[in-house]
Amino acid sequence: MIGSARYWREIPQRYRYEAGKCTGCDKIFFPPRNVCSKCRGQEFETVTLAKNGEVEAFTIIRVAPSGFQDESPYAVGVIRLEDGVKVTAQITDCDLEKLAIGDQVSREFRLVQQDGESGILCYGYKFVPRG
Amino acid sequence: MEVGIVGYGAYVPRHRIKVEEIAKVWGADAPSYKRGLMLQEKSVPTPDQDTITMSVEAGRHALVRAGIDPAKIGAIYIGSESHPYAVKPSGTVVAEALGGTPDIHCADFEFACKAGSEAMFVSLSLVRAGEMDFALAIGADTSQGAPGDALEYSASAGAAAFIFGHENIAAVCETTYSYTTDTPDFWRREYQFYPRHAGRYTGEPAYFKHVLSCARGLMEKANVTPDDFRWAVFHQPNGKFPMRAAKELGFSKEKVEQGWLVPTLGNTYSGSSPMGLTAILDKAEPGDKIFMVSYGSGAGSDGFIWRVTDRIREIQDKAPQTREQLENNPIYIDYGTYAKYRGKIRKLAES
Amino acid sequence: MREVAVIGVGMNRWGELWKKSHRQIWTEAAIEAIEDAGVDHVDAMYVGCMSGGLFVGQEHLGPLLAEQLGMGPIPGTRVESACASGGLAFRQAYLAVASGEHDIVIASGVEKMTDVDGGAATYALSTAADQEYECYQGITFPGLYAMMASVHMAKYGTTRKQLADVAVKNHYNGARNPLAQFQGEITADQVMSSVLVADPLRILDCSPITDGAAAVILVPLDYAKKMNADMVVRVAASAHATDAIALHDREDLAWLASTQVAAEKAYKQAGITSKDLSFCEVHDCFTIAEVMVSEALGLFDRGSGGPAASSGATALGGEIPINPSGGLKSKGHPVGATGVAQIREVMMQLRGKAGDRQVKNAHRALTQNMGGTGASTVVHIFERA
Repeated sequence: MIGSARYWREIPQRYRYEAGKCTGCDKIFFPPRNVCSKCRGQEFETVTLAKNGEVEAFTIIRVAPSGFQDESPYAVGVIRLEDGVKVTAQITDCDLEKLAIGDQVSREFRLVQQDGESGILCYGYKFVPRG
Repeated sequence: MEVGIVGYGAYVPRHRIKVEEIAKVWGADAPSYKRGLMLQEKSVPTPDQDTITMSVEAGRHALVRAGIDPAKIGAIYIGSESHPYAVKPSGTVVAEALGGTPDIHCADFEFACKAGSEAMFVSLSLVRAGEMDFALAIGADTSQGAPGDALEYSASAGAAAFIFGHENIAAVCETTYSYTTDTPDFWRREYQFYPRHAGRYTGEPAYFKHVLSCARGLMEKANVTPDDFRWAVFHQPNGKFPMRAAKELGFSKEKVEQGWLVPTLGNTYSGSSPMGLTAILDKAEPGDKIFMVSYGSGAGSDGFIWRVTDRIREIQDKAPQTREQLENNPIYIDYGTYAKYRGKIRKLAES
Repeated sequence: MREVAVIGVGMNRWGELWKKSHRQIWTEAAIEAIEDAGVDHVDAMYVGCMSGGLFVGQEHLGPLLAEQLGMGPIPGTRVESACASGGLAFRQAYLAVASGEHDIVIASGVEKMTDVDGGAATYALSTAADQEYECYQGITFPGLYAMMASVHMAKYGTTRKQLADVAVKNHYNGARNPLAQFQGEITADQVMSSVLVADPLRILDCSPITDGAAAVILVPLDYAKKMNADMVVRVAASAHATDAIALHDREDLAWLASTQVAAEKAYKQAGITSKDLSFCEVHDCFTIAEVMVSEALGLFDRGSGGPAASSGATALGGEIPINPSGGLKSKGHPVGATGVAQIREVMMQLRGKAGDRQVKNAHRALTQNMGGTGASTVVHIFERA
């Protein structure tokens, strides 16, 4: 499903959480993009996303897509990071029954999916309860 | 030139399984296992945790404590017997995630449970030789014990990372010594899922011979005795072996307990004595000396003598402490969940 | 720009059409629409299809399907905007007629979804979301809408029962639609005790996997009047808007901005307000979607779509019936066909031929078709000419 080139291209974002900050208006884009949607600026500096954030929305996936079935049920949320950027990611190592909007979470490096039994291992970020 | 640890960190997965839960499935007598092996529970990696992910987390903790620019790390060595890929390094992922690429030397090490200390040994040596200012060594494993085998009660998951340098040292490495022979006590052949071991042969001629010989050799080389040390840590395949080794060498229980994580952590293989060292560094005080001997089946032991410096106080609280991770908010799972997480259930092959 | 009318419709019974191929399903609906319109040819063909490639391994649908009509080398265009493909295909057909480029155009939609297993269908549908930054993490479409529901519930107090009432109402309507995939009524208890798919959404909150097609014929309004068609229905407005494809890139997860923008444009074009509509056919891919769409269309105040769904206001006979066809929920959701089937329903209603689900005095209606989690929305308004 995910070939080497496609995976490798996103490594700065998946491993190091590199985002693009518009030098014109300071809006941060993750992943980085070429044109700022706020001020149409085209110059960006590389910044690292905040590690901590808050659950803005979440669900518990009971019917998982292929490649994720071993982990279901699992939570996925939209996390609003402390720098204001929002990302979609799994929320793991948590009590699914108690998970709530507003929960404080922190990022960890995890294996996100694998390309079948013999394909590449695809790493990235997930979030875990903070504190 | 003095060389030593400038930053360290550990990572402990949050999931645990109790000895009783495993024993129940196999009709084994839990109390005797707990007593005999001195084990209560062990950490379990979730399907999204492996040697690479735990190494990244432990490495990040070490970087925070070291307070250095990751681009200055000259080498990264990951010791493990559970590298996620059979061919393709773990270290490249970790180096990339930590921001250490591309000016970095990288290799994965394997030597059963000794791969972590091996990485430490080589890292130290490169810094001492002046090849680089900083080197990162990690010991990590998500080891498998065959279902129903005695190893299933202990094989667990965890990682420890150390950044070595020659400035701002928190624990100086005073002496090292290694002891190696060919001893087939534990192995896993290519393409086999579970390792095999030689039962009671893993004790006297294997673990104890190498740990004790290495420890004695190290003390002789440094001209020290157990009385010179406040702390000691030995490889911990179960609770009993390191305690017995300590006793035979003359280290009191009090010196060993802080780094004796195995009763509630399990055997983290390449992470075992390195993680014990991190737990000791979390509590050590300037001037303390730490005695460390690893063990890897096959077989060999690496010995280290560490002298803690004033800087330890500055870095202890900069990242999560090891026992804090071990003790806070564990998530207990049943054997079914454990079997699913560890890939022990035969499933339909994906088309 | 010329004024445009719709003069013919075609649609087959939707469901798991094991015996019929992608092209057969499409051709049945297309021929029916052509015959219904009473035209002897079409000048151009537009088809909305989300993923012929992933569902049946077939792309290049423009020529493949146009050629099936036996009308020579007419232009055939496939349009894709995920689940809004059908609505957007209709809009392209509308623009082709309005501009004067073509006179008689068929707008259609088709999806053949049951040739692949559930996992592959889920994957195909997930391609409507951001692959690298949403799907990579293991999210599914029900999961994305479930997150929208979680915010809507937290922010406005929308209840589980209110969501269930959307499904109950749509199944009630679908039970009166002979072409619907599911023609059985259900209760709120059944919805709320059905299997969880992605909390808080359960299987009966979700539209199904469906095979189906729909087609309509567009001509200039003047032609339609001259052709003495059964009932001339004028396209009063056609609007299209987009939004960030990834849910996390939107400021308010409980608001469908693309639907709001498209609806506002459409109301302006038609010179009406939402109060002037007889009914709406909207994109209820999940129950929460209908609640959110009803707010974004301005039918109800922001946050009050839930209580409105429970009040009966959106039922047949209510102040603004929504989805008299049964919606995606009950009629089925062959993704590329959905937007066109909405227009077919509007035609049936405005012609007064909707049988037991007929909206009384229906004279003007709105269709809202959206792709992904609302990254694209197409809104049309139709009225009796």
